[in-house]
Amino acid sequence: MHYVAVSLAMLLIGTVGLLTRRNIVIILMSIELILNAVNINLVAFSHHHGNAAGQVFAIFVIAVAVAEAAVGLGILLALFRNRETVQVDEIDLLKW
Amino acid sequence: MNLEALFFYAFTALALGGALLAITRRSAVHAAISLMVSLLGVAGLFLLLKAEFLFVSQIILYIGGILLLFLFVIMLVNLDAGRGLRQFHQRWPIGAAVTAIAGVAFAVLWSRVQLPPAQQMPETGNVELVADTLLQDYLVPFEVVSLLLLVAVVGSVLLARKRA
Amino acid sequence: MNFLDTIWLIPVFPLLGAVLMMLLGRHQFLDPQVENGSVGHHHHHDRGHDQDLRPRQGSRWLIGPLCSGFVLLSFLWSLGAVLAGRTEQVLFTWVAGLPFPAFDGRMVTLAADWGYLLDPLSAVMILMVTGIGFLIHVYSIAYMAHDGGLYRYFGCLNLFVFFMLVLVMANNYLLLFVGWEGVGLASYLLIGFYFKRKPASDAAIKAFLMNRIGDAGYLMALFFLLSIFGTLRFTEIEAAPHPLLGWATLLLLAGAVGKSAQLPLFTWLPDAMEGPTPVSALMHAATMVTAGVYLIVRAEPLFRLTPEVGSLAAAIGAATAVIAASIALVQHDIKKVLAYSTVSQLGLMFMALGVGAYWAALFHVVTHAFFKAQLFLGAGSVIHALDGEQDLRFMGGLRHQMPQTFRTMFIGTLALAGWPGLAGFFSKDSILTSAWAASPALFGAGLFTALLTAFYMGRLLFLTFFGAYRGDQHVHESPKRMTVPLWVLSLGSIGAGWFATPFAAWLGATPEPHSWGIMVASGAVAIAGLGIAYHFYIGRPGTADRWEESLPPVARLLRARWYFDDLYELIFVRGFARQGGAWLSAWDRRVVDGAVNGAGWLARRTGAVSKWSDTWIVDGAVNFTAIAVKLSSFPVRYLQTGLAQSYALLIVLSLAAMAGWYLLRSA
Repeated sequence: MHYVAVSLAMLLIGTVGLLTRRNIVIILMSIELILNAVNINLVAFSHHHGNAAGQVFAIFVIAVAVAEAAVGLGILLALFRNRETVQVDEIDLLKW
Repeated sequence: MNLEALFFYAFTALALGGALLAITRRSAVHAAISLMVSLLGVAGLFLLLKAEFLFVSQIILYIGGILLLFLFVIMLVNLDAGRGLRQFHQRWPIGAAVTAIAGVAFAVLWSRVQLPPAQQMPETGNVELVADTLLQDYLVPFEVVSLLLLVAVVGSVLLARKRA
Repeated sequence: MNFLDTIWLIPVFPLLGAVLMMLLGRHQFLDPQVENGSVGHHHHHDRGHDQDLRPRQGSRWLIGPLCSGFVLLSFLWSLGAVLAGRTEQVLFTWVAGLPFPAFDGRMVTLAADWGYLLDPLSAVMILMVTGIGFLIHVYSIAYMAHDGGLYRYFGCLNLFVFFMLVLVMANNYLLLFVGWEGVGLASYLLIGFYFKRKPASDAAIKAFLMNRIGDAGYLMALFFLLSIFGTLRFTEIEAAPHPLLGWATLLLLAGAVGKSAQLPLFTWLPDAMEGPTPVSALMHAATMVTAGVYLIVRAEPLFRLTPEVGSLAAAIGAATAVIAASIALVQHDIKKVLAYSTVSQLGLMFMALGVGAYWAALFHVVTHAFFKAQLFLGAGSVIHALDGEQDLRFMGGLRHQMPQTFRTMFIGTLALAGWPGLAGFFSKDSILTSAWAASPALFGAGLFTALLTAFYMGRLLFLTFFGAYRGDQHVHESPKRMTVPLWVLSLGSIGAGWFATPFAAWLGATPEPHSWGIMVASGAVAIAGLGIAYHFYIGRPGTADRWEESLPPVARLLRARWYFDDLYELIFVRGFARQGGAWLSAWDRRVVDGAVNGAGWLARRTGAVSKWSDTWIVDGAVNFTAIAVKLSSFPVRYLQTGLAQSYALLIVLSLAAMAGWYLLRSA
């Protein structure tokens, strides 16, 4: 199952991007990478078990990724309009 | 080395190489193009795994849809202002270290997993199989996902529109 | 027509109303004159203007009757079904499950069904939710007549009824959780109804977040239950001892504590009073907050097997009952008094659950729903008449101007205080009887709570309706559409108590035999509490102030609501932020000094505490707390930096920790 190794590598690359980049657009891309890692895993196991449920879940993941990208980029536009920045470490309102 | 292994390594190189480039590029447009390479590699992997339907969806939805969305937004938002800035924030070693720890933990975990023997997919075509599973066993989740997409579309339009 | 086969329709009616309002409300039922400019006005009534004479414009007037009609339909339908018998019906498989190995190696399947169960327990809750829900809908028509966003209000109210019905009708723990989260959502939307006012949106967020803490417990309990029993369906779970069952019930209790606003998660409920008053009556007094009690009654077989968790529930309930009742003594806001009273009464219910008197807890849920809804609606009527004034200090003498409201409030007050013969007396009595059988300490806490309850309700009644009017509004009685629901509810407040024995039999429980001693004691305590209140506020006005002056630390403790909010603010809100140090000094000033003053006062009064303990114990405690907070806030203040990436970092770290835990466990 080399596919799982590929998936893990992709997950780690995505996570590093998610945790260390400052540019929101690239952080969103990192999330896409993480979701793709999930998909590789799902499809690989679907193949292994001879069961199409894994592929169906991969389709759901793609749908969620589309929704996530649309909303995330919408938030980005609104944010850019209000704060004139796309650097995440300049936005620290996510606390109570 | 047989042909399938060759293709596997080629697609893996595309997927991981593109991913690495995508998170290290200074320019967002370059990152998006690297991401496209990576997604193409993943699509190739799907093909190797006999998931033809997903291969097609990956190309149409991800490369045709999501990446286009990214490029549109990159055009709308003036990203050149950020080119001269630091691309990684100050605490990046913490993030990298934590990721490395998680990676090692998952790798060791995976090395201990014992898989049940592999099974054959039913002989029917892949699209037919996916359609049967999706529209019979997972009909309600499927409808819910369509609702989610509707909400996401409406929500992102609301978020992105200019205030009157 | 067969009601039993169509119980799935019961929640559909209010859902229909909610969808209709959400999709079409804004455009089909809009009244431009009211909508423009009046959203965000909490207090909305033109003085001396009878809204019954107000010309009806557009189709806005349709909203209220339409939504009330849906709930009425739902009530009648459930009445028909309950009279027809019991049933369980699975509508469809919601998510097809995949098998996974449980703790003991068995393969279990997480198959999520969407199914409804109609048994005596759910029947009680369904009738209560739809019946009281209907009355509150009717009341809201007049109460909200002048507010903007009416479609949003009724839409959310119907949405709430839908989710509450899903919660009580669910035939498995997972679907119950769907309703559980749904009512949390509806609660959030309605507390924040006047979302342009900062306190309202803050209160909504607070309620949502504090509920989340309990919900996390519920979610974990689900996995425990699934692993132990292999199914989540109520009728398929066969209760049997299991080493992990204690964790499951403990986590269920955590969920119930969050939803029912018990110690330590009760502070959201009083803040939730920022919502419109009928919402407070329906959700934050009569129905939603009793979901926690319902959950534990539903899981009764499991709780019976883990008596230590039951004891914890009893202790939490007793402590909550006393603390909340004591805070209610000094509140000036009429709705806050009732809110703390609700928390306190829920504490009594938890106490009953803890000692194994499940039917008594549920009986108190029902009677409490009647008189607390009635009291809240009465308070709403007063607030309505006084143009939004909620402060008891600016009321008084209203019994002449508002005779209908006064009479119903009077009945509700007596019922809550436990006046012999009224609903609250009997349900409280059955709780006290069971508590006495379990532990004298719990009985003492219950009796003391009853005394405090009678006192603060007497205070509320006398300050509002007796004496001279202390405000400057033109007072008018509320319209019929508001007073009629009050009278209907007061029928329940008077009569519901007499059905204790049939109620227990309906649930298949055997009540403890009556004890005349306890009945006399609880009746005497109720009358004594009301009498003291009469003496304090009518007999000799000013007595209360003198008492407060002579007991400053106690008064300060109660005024500050036992410092719970300050403590949470300090640790969870400010402690995590950057200026931990500045807030340490505030902690020193407010809490620690308060404790020192309290201790010093005690030392002076009793003369028994020596100087040695003053220097060592008190100072030691002060220094220890300060150091402890400083030390503990050092790591945790990086937890809440407000940066999304630091949260993501925590998620990845937790994932690594989980993987590490698996490795260690399997090694």
